[in-house]
Order: sequence, then structure tokens, then C-alpha cells
Amino acid sequence: MEMVTLSIDNQRVEIEAGATILEAAKKINVDIPTLCYIEEINEIGACRICVVEVQRAKALQAACVTPISQNMRVWTNTPAVRKARRLTLELILSNHPRECNTCIRSLNCELQKLADRFGIREIRFWGDDLSYTIDESTPSIVRDTNKCILCRRCVAVCDQVQNVRAIAPQERGFKTTIAPAFHLDLADVACVLCGQCTLVCPTAALHERDQTEEVWAALADPKKHVVVQTAPATRVSLGEELGMEIGSIVTGQMVAALRRLGFDKVFDTDFSADLTIVEEGNELLHRIKTGGVLPMITSCSPGWIKFVEHFYPKFLPNLSTCKSPQQMLGALIKTYYAEKIGLDPADIFAVSCMPCTAKKFEAQREEMRNSGYPEIDVVLTTREIGRMLRQAGIDFNKLPTEDYDDPLGISTGAGLIFGATGGVMEAALRTVYELITGEELEEINFTVVRGLEGVREASVQAGDLTVKVAVAHGLGHACKLMEAIKDGTSGYHFIEIMCCPGGCIGGGGQSIPTNREIREKRIAAIYTADELMTIRKSHLNPSVQKLYEDFLEKPLGKKSHELLHTHYTDRGTAPHLKASE
Amino acid sequence: MENSPCQCMEESYQELVKFINQYEGESESLIMVLHKIQETLGFVPVDLQVKVADVLRVPISKVFGVISFYAFFTLKPKGKYHISVCKGTACFVRGASKVLDAIEKKIGLVPGDTTNDGKYSLEIVYCLGACGLSPVMTINKEVHARLTPQRIPEILAEYT
Repeated sequence: MEMVTLSIDNQRVEIEAGATILEAAKKINVDIPTLCYIEEINEIGACRICVVEVQRAKALQAACVTPISQNMRVWTNTPAVRKARRLTLELILSNHPRECNTCIRSLNCELQKLADRFGIREIRFWGDDLSYTIDESTPSIVRDTNKCILCRRCVAVCDQVQNVRAIAPQERGFKTTIAPAFHLDLADVACVLCGQCTLVCPTAALHERDQTEEVWAALADPKKHVVVQTAPATRVSLGEELGMEIGSIVTGQMVAALRRLGFDKVFDTDFSADLTIVEEGNELLHRIKTGGVLPMITSCSPGWIKFVEHFYPKFLPNLSTCKSPQQMLGALIKTYYAEKIGLDPADIFAVSCMPCTAKKFEAQREEMRNSGYPEIDVVLTTREIGRMLRQAGIDFNKLPTEDYDDPLGISTGAGLIFGATGGVMEAALRTVYELITGEELEEINFTVVRGLEGVREASVQAGDLTVKVAVAHGLGHACKLMEAIKDGTSGYHFIEIMCCPGGCIGGGGQSIPTNREIREKRIAAIYTADELMTIRKSHLNPSVQKLYEDFLEKPLGKKSHELLHTHYTDRGTAPHLKASE
Repeated sequence: MENSPCQCMEESYQELVKFINQYEGESESLIMVLHKIQETLGFVPVDLQVKVADVLRVPISKVFGVISFYAFFTLKPKGKYHISVCKGTACFVRGASKVLDAIEKKIGLVPGDTTNDGKYSLEIVYCLGACGLSPVMTINKEVHARLTPQRIPEILAEYT
């Protein structure tokens, strides 16, 4: 690798040829501010906040897109640089709504932080007041064009990472907006509601639908029995919301905190993740034995499901019919649990804490009310739970750790690793191996399916059967895998796909920021938490075993079929538009 | 096909669909294909945008992005009389805005739109290359120079 030497703020730095000024500066801990930049995804030099002075260059250069050269001299903090950055900020702010106090991103807004960092105390320009209608058409994501600064991060993520392309720049000049085709609402186009755009939006132009008030109201209603479940990935991200170190494992504090908020029972989605493995594992074996549709593809990720429904309807029969763990637990709460404690399901209010915006959509699907009631009443993202805990003044550092409630709170390490890409596959392999061979699996860490490689594959010998599996995370990688299996010759038995990069730990409802480094730390926390569990195979979960004895009878049985399985719909790529024939 | 008012339109539609079908998977042909549609029909109807997106494999959000970016493309057919009012620098300083207001008032139209009866369409252009005659506008290919708001009703009366 050819190395280049340059100086930044009179410090010498050596870096590979082809690097940008921004990368070189990072190497020597010189912090150049950015706004539109996302590493490897949106490097377009649009916002001009990262401008620096380069010797002999006619104008200031955008550090994020300017390649370094031998003996280049760069200054990042000169009067000209400061003046340009301040001017840029003032211009961006000139038509930005001045409502920071009431904004959902207040104190976690990149524009607000930059205005503070550069000491903007006065904005000399007053642009047009924007009055775009706020798009609240979906249950998951709110799109407030008035707060958009046109950085195009959302467009880049939607296009390059997720291959969804629901939004793009429309019109031009001052009329430019980031919107779906024909300025339609998000609900009217093929958006999968993954919320990755909400993770990268520097302001509140794209944000989760906040449903905390609905939950506060239920908690205050004496007639309601309010139960909550927490997804695997929330326990390694919620700490960040409350100012703890990235990747802190806060399972016990989270349970204690939710009790203090007034939830009557705190259950664990890890329990129903175990249940999913038992149902899905048996479904896989059934398909293999009876010549059913293969490869079977996981169905836990609601963004992925909606993506298949829009873009790959041909593969709908490949999807496991298992509902997601959230919905399985919801279905059991309103039937098995209601019966057990002698409550009318109508009086039970089921909340779920999820790393996910698409879960809000999933909970509203027509199919998700088999018991006659919505299985889940409200889905809260990690960010919303953080908001509730801050309102209540709860400090994780001062809380004891507490355990989940019986019986829907007992879980295994296998259920827990659902939170990371490859986790469902690993959990399934731990169970399927024993189901096939009847022998105990000794080495239970299938590290071959772990990691952040976009598509991973493995073969696992279970008795006479070589189980061929593949894993993909992020819809862009999922597309590559789908194209590879299109002709039906792949030979895979089982495929795990998670909509979001890194799996649920990188979900669209997680703490902001979420980037590659943070994803890696959360994944490491997931596997650490798995190692700490006593039971690490789903089918050995005693509560799951008891659930079959008392209620469900057997995997894939009649009751399971009614409550735990579902079906899917072909939604088309342009649901509200028709092409000419 | 709700956008096709007559038989001839129907035929050009079918030909356009055939034309589009030649470019399967060729996303780089997007602007050329849209040009052909605009030139043939005088606008780019929504259903053909969806068709183009499907065949060329370009996201519909991007197809509309291109159409809404370039003033050349329109979503509605142009009127029988297409009015282009110049708001370039020279026309602007010599009162183009007031002229435009007068036109908007007279025919009840905002720039970029077409009257429901299909008679007039209105657009703003930036420099027609006749600054010496400013403020200036064209109606179809006829040039009207040194405009004042007072002259607008009389000029428009010639186009019925």
C-alpha cells in the first residue's frame, strides 16, 4: 500500500494513498465537523460543514471528499474556515423551524449540536417559512419535511444499504424535498418501515412515531392490566439512551425500571424467541421430510417480511409461517396467560419494547389478532422507552437488577442471540441438531454464522443430513442472497435474514447514533450475555416445555397453528400506482 | 389508459409502451426514454412513469425525481396555448412579476399548470434571449415584447 505524508494543522500524518482529508484528520484525532457524511454510504460533500483550507487551493475544500496528496498542507481551524462553517450553518438554519425545545430530537440533534459548537447566537438570514404537511401515514415513521436539511443521508441508506428506494430528492432549487414518488405518503409506496432513515437523519425530519402517551395512559388506568415484553436487542442498547457506555448489558435494570414505571408484569421476548425456534425448527424438519418448499427463510424481522411482500413475492412460500417472537408472545398473553390469571383479554394491555420501527406496523397487521384482540397494543422503540425512563427520573446506575416474571419471562441464551445477525440461525442449529440426532450437542457456539460479513454460509452435519444454511443482514445483502437462490439450485435448507445491518441490535428503533462500531459493541454484548445464561438451547427452556404440556400440546399442533403461525400478502412494488400494460 | 382522450393518443400510447419495452434493465436510458414520451404526448403520464420504472429497473422515486427536476418534463399536457413568461434578470427588473400576476389573475392559473379546459398552460422561463425587448413572453411560438400588466387582457383575447 502506497503511503502519503501530509500535514494537518501543522501535525504530520502518514496515511494510505486515496484516503480523504477527513480520514487523515481522524487518524491524528483532529475533529472535522460533518453533517451530510456517513462513512462509505454518503460521501457527497454536499453540506460544506467539513470545509478546510488547503495550501495553494483556490477555495476551501470539503474534507470528506477531497483526496490527500503528498506534502499537502491542510488547516482545519482558521478564520476563513470558521467563517465559512458559520455561514453555512446560518444558511441551513435560515429556514429551519426554530422549535428545538419541543422537538423530538432535542439534545440529540446534529444540527443543534453544530449550532452550539460554532456558537451561532444570531441568524442573519430569514428564509421562507416552510409549511409542508407532516406525513403521519404510517404507524412507524413520521416524515416532517419542514425539518429536513437535504443532507440526503436517508436517501443513501434507503438506496444503497436497504435497496428499498422509497424516497429520493424531488423537484429542485428551493422546492427540493426528500419524498416518495409523486409526493405520495410513505404508506402509499413500497417503504418497509425499517427506520434506518430515522437512525441517520441528523434532525427530526424522519423519526419514529412516538406512542409513549398511549402507554402512560394505560399505566394510569386502574382497569387495565398492563404487561410488557422486551426484545433481545433492547437490553444492549437501552443503557446508551440513559448515558451509559455503548454495549452495556442492562437486562436486570431494565426489568426493575419497567416495574417502577408501573407495568404489572415484565415478560421477555426471549421466551417467545425460544418458542419460535421450537416451532420453526420443527417446521424446517417437516419441510425437509415432506418435500416442502425450501430453502425455508426466517420470518422474525417485520421489515424483511414487508420487503419480500413488495419486492420478492415469488418467495412468500419460502417464508416460515411462524409469527415473530413479539406476536407469538402477544398471542399467548391474550390467551394462555389471560386464562391462567383469570382475566378478560379485553382488560389486558400488551406493550412491547422493540429495537424496531417496523414492529409498530407488524402489530397493526390484520392477521395479528387471532385471539379476537390485538396481540400487541403498543410497540415502543428503545428510544421511546428511554424517553419514558428519563421522564420518570429513573437512573439505571441506582437500580438493583431484577428478574423477569413467570412464566413468560423464562428464557435461554438461544432466545437472546436473536438480537444479533446470525443469532436465529445459531439458535435454530442448536435445537435442530438435537431434534435430528437425538444426541446432545457439545460445541454450541456456531461462530461460523456470526459476524458482520453481509452474506455468510455454512454446512452443519447433523446425523446423515448436511444442513446447508445462509445468513444475510441488511436488505441490500438480502437481495444478493435472493438473486443467488432465484434459480433454485442453491441447495440451502434454511436462510436467516434480518432487515437491518447487524440484525436487531442495529434496528431502526435503537439508540441514536447507531454506526458500525456501535453495532459491533452491541453484538459483543449479546454474545457475552448468552455465555452468562444457564440454559442455552431453546427446546430446553422449562417454561416452553410446560407451555406445550399445559396449552399448546405439540409443536405445529392445532393450537400453534391458530395462534403462532400466519400468512403473507403480495403487496407489489408500486402499491398505489398502476403501470400501463 | 384514463389519460388518453382520443384514438390517436391510444395509438401513440401503444407505440410508446413498445418503445419502452426495448430498454429492459437499461437504467442509463432513463432520460432519453422520458424525452420520447414527453415529445410524443406533450407530457409524461403517471402510468407510463411506473411502466418506465418497471422496465428500466429504476426506482419510481427516482423517475419522478428526474421528471420533477427538469422543467422540460411536465405531468399534465400543455394547453392549446402555451405561455412562457420570462423572469430572467432583465425581464425581472423591468416588471416581469407584475406581468405574471396579471396573467395568473386573468386565466386563473399558477406556473406549471394547465387550465381544465386544456386551453392555456403557463410556465416561467429564465431568459428567452430577448432582453432588449423585456419584459417578454412567448405564446406558442409568437413573441410578445415590452409587456405591461395592462396589455395582458388584450393580448390573451387574441388566443381563443
